[in-house]
Amino acid sequence: MKALRKLVDSIAPTFAKDGKLGKLHFVFDGLETFLFTPGHATVKGAHLRDSIDLKRTMSIVITAMIPCLLFGMWNVGHQHYLALGEFLGMGDGFWDKFIFGAIKVLPIVVVSYGVGLGIEFLFTTIKGHPIQEGYLVSGMLIPLVMPVDTPLWMVAVGAAFAVIIGKEVFGGTGMNILNVALTARAFLFFAYPTMMSGDKVWVNTGLEEGQQVVDGFSGATSLGYAAAGQVDKVTSMMDSFWGIEAGSIGETSVVACLIGALVLLITGIGSWRIMLSVFLGGLAMSAIFNAVGPGLGNEYMQIPMLHQLMLGSFFFGLVFMATDPVTASQTNTGKWIYGFLIGVMAILIRVVNPAYPEGMMLAILFMNVMAPLIDHYVVQANIKRRLKRTALVAA
Amino acid sequence: MSTSIRIRKGLDIRLKGEAEKVLVQADPAKVIAIKPTDFHGLIPKVLVKQGAKVKAGDPLFGDKYNERILFTSPVSGVVEDVVRGDKRKVLEVRVVADASIAYEDFGAGDPSTMNRETVVQKLLKSGVWPVIRQRPFDLVADPAKEPKSIFVSCFDTNPLAPDLDYIVHNHGNEFQTGLNALSKLTKGKVNIVVNSKTAAREFLDAKNVVRQTVDGPHPAGNVGVQIHHLDPISKGEQVWVAGVQDVLIIGRLFLTGKYDATRVVAITGSEAKNPKYLRTLIGTPVKDLIGPVDPHTRVVSGNALTGDRIGQDGSLGFYHTQITLLPEGDEPKFFITDGWASPGFDKFSANRSFPTWLMPSKKYALDTNQNGEPRSFVMTGQYEKVFPFDIYPVQLIKSILANDIDQMEKLGLYEVVPEDFALCEFVCTSKINSQSIVREGLDTLKKETT
Repeated sequence: MKALRKLVDSIAPTFAKDGKLGKLHFVFDGLETFLFTPGHATVKGAHLRDSIDLKRTMSIVITAMIPCLLFGMWNVGHQHYLALGEFLGMGDGFWDKFIFGAIKVLPIVVVSYGVGLGIEFLFTTIKGHPIQEGYLVSGMLIPLVMPVDTPLWMVAVGAAFAVIIGKEVFGGTGMNILNVALTARAFLFFAYPTMMSGDKVWVNTGLEEGQQVVDGFSGATSLGYAAAGQVDKVTSMMDSFWGIEAGSIGETSVVACLIGALVLLITGIGSWRIMLSVFLGGLAMSAIFNAVGPGLGNEYMQIPMLHQLMLGSFFFGLVFMATDPVTASQTNTGKWIYGFLIGVMAILIRVVNPAYPEGMMLAILFMNVMAPLIDHYVVQANIKRRLKRTALVAA
Repeated sequence: MSTSIRIRKGLDIRLKGEAEKVLVQADPAKVIAIKPTDFHGLIPKVLVKQGAKVKAGDPLFGDKYNERILFTSPVSGVVEDVVRGDKRKVLEVRVVADASIAYEDFGAGDPSTMNRETVVQKLLKSGVWPVIRQRPFDLVADPAKEPKSIFVSCFDTNPLAPDLDYIVHNHGNEFQTGLNALSKLTKGKVNIVVNSKTAAREFLDAKNVVRQTVDGPHPAGNVGVQIHHLDPISKGEQVWVAGVQDVLIIGRLFLTGKYDATRVVAITGSEAKNPKYLRTLIGTPVKDLIGPVDPHTRVVSGNALTGDRIGQDGSLGFYHTQITLLPEGDEPKFFITDGWASPGFDKFSANRSFPTWLMPSKKYALDTNQNGEPRSFVMTGQYEKVFPFDIYPVQLIKSILANDIDQMEKLGLYEVVPEDFALCEFVCTSKINSQSIVREGLDTLKKETT
């Protein structure tokens, strides 16, 4: 550690702003502050500061996503072998499945981080500001919301679009209006619809010679079936809960999401208000559908409430996307409204709009746009309260 | 009509180095320094020349724009120097103290029998007046104005704060006389605020005042929080505040006719070799109080959240009743062993990503490292957890950064002063210096409205 410090100190002058490689000052700074929390003592204000910083905050969020990532790797393999008719049992071929999945998933993770961080470092250098840690989380979220068959070049394009148009044009971390990872996904979804939806992309069938998929294999997700009116083919509630179904890499398992939620809630880094209100919103909308469904003869509406919520990316969005503090409502009252409407809208879009089999992405993006407006009215209410008091004083 | 309030939002920062309840008379200081910089916004007009002889209570400098407000010497002696900084800004007026203090006599008298103007005159002339501060803006009160009420907070919840019960013990007469004088200054109420742990009869038996109770974690003891919940300030109103030891100084003025600037100061902090209470005078150099200090120690006049960094050669601030000695945190911390990714069994945090939230009574020796670099606002809801006001702190800070005066006013800037944001600044993940932002906002607002 001391040797490392010496090494850093010895190359630091080269990267000083007026040094030989001064242009790369902030790139060096980003790496140095990663290794060593700098010896900056407080200059003004409170002499002591909390030990928390953005690096720790972001790494906690990444930690919370690891269960989703690991489960996603296994599930990619599991779905693949199911399609081939091999290792049909849950416990069969665990390592085959996991390694197959890892081989498919890890390159996507690497490309997402490589492209995203590369662009961040580029902007850091051009704009001359220190690098901020925001992309560490986005870089992990992007792979988790991609179908496994997404080509790597598309991941790269999506990540680049999200970082440049979604974030940097607004001023970088903390300034963006839309969730960065969802921007990437939405961009790919609308730019390359055939490769981001349908029933060809969710399960990797990558056949080698002599292999063929089993009869009756379709590759559609539960929501795909439901939207097509084949509600009987939706996976069972138990399978949805564990996440043994086709879908984006990290979104399928409710259990993995709940482990992540637990980490975020215990540390207080994810907002419990948003998580709870999204859940309640989704529950309320499903309950309404449950009530009116039989009358309309709509089977999709009649999927039991909890089962409805466990399908698709509802829980993944609830835990990791809706809670993004930068794009969510910032006031506590606002968070309740924001979350509840996400829940309502996600189920509404999913069930009623035939164009979009899943509504979570669009619901969150829509509410991202609405969040400042919600906050505005919450703050206005506070201002009115104060003005009333002043009026009383004047009277 | 006393009220009892419980505050839930806040944070007690548990530090090592609490002062032991031993009160020692400090040696008399040889040189005293009075600092115009202790009074925010003051443009001083120096009234003495180098070599002039002064008695305790003789003016050293005054307020250039309000000549009735004087700042007087706490000791008798000879003016050694007027220390100036950049642009000839007056930093200190230093007085070499006589062996025994000769006091100017302002005449003793019972304030209850005086009228407002006599009380005000006596306070102004003796230089005691500046102990009374006004809200909004946190400035020395303007004697031409009348506040709607006066607040005295009788407990301090800041980190390692002195125990005011202990300090006021046996000084009931001075305290009561001081309160009597304050009650002449307003037609409204004089509120003294205690918490349910307050045991000192001097507080509980105080007359001529309204006793209020506020309980809860820090900042429950901050007078700004108390005012917000008991008698909030709207635009155009003023509330005046004074500390318990300030009231004692006022009381002694009326009992003895002297400006007796005695302070009982708690020596605290993990670097304090002998944490205890010292009886001394305003403006005494720290060196005289605690001897030489290790150069790697930060000397703070006041508490760890709002105090002033005064350095090894600095002296006790005008309003301060505490010296805090903290280890300087200017060493880089390796990320796994000591930095952001370390488990952090010795790190205090309001955030539960450190395991120390499971150890609710552990005390910490924190250093002055910023523990991270400044960032954009990312996390939300942090400030709200430690900010017991019906005010949106982040939105207020942003309106100040955007210099939107109308919005600052509407969001409640009149009700806060920098110290109310000290905890927000402490817990901030993005290391935003909110206290100085709030001060900037107050300065802007003051300039626009007067």
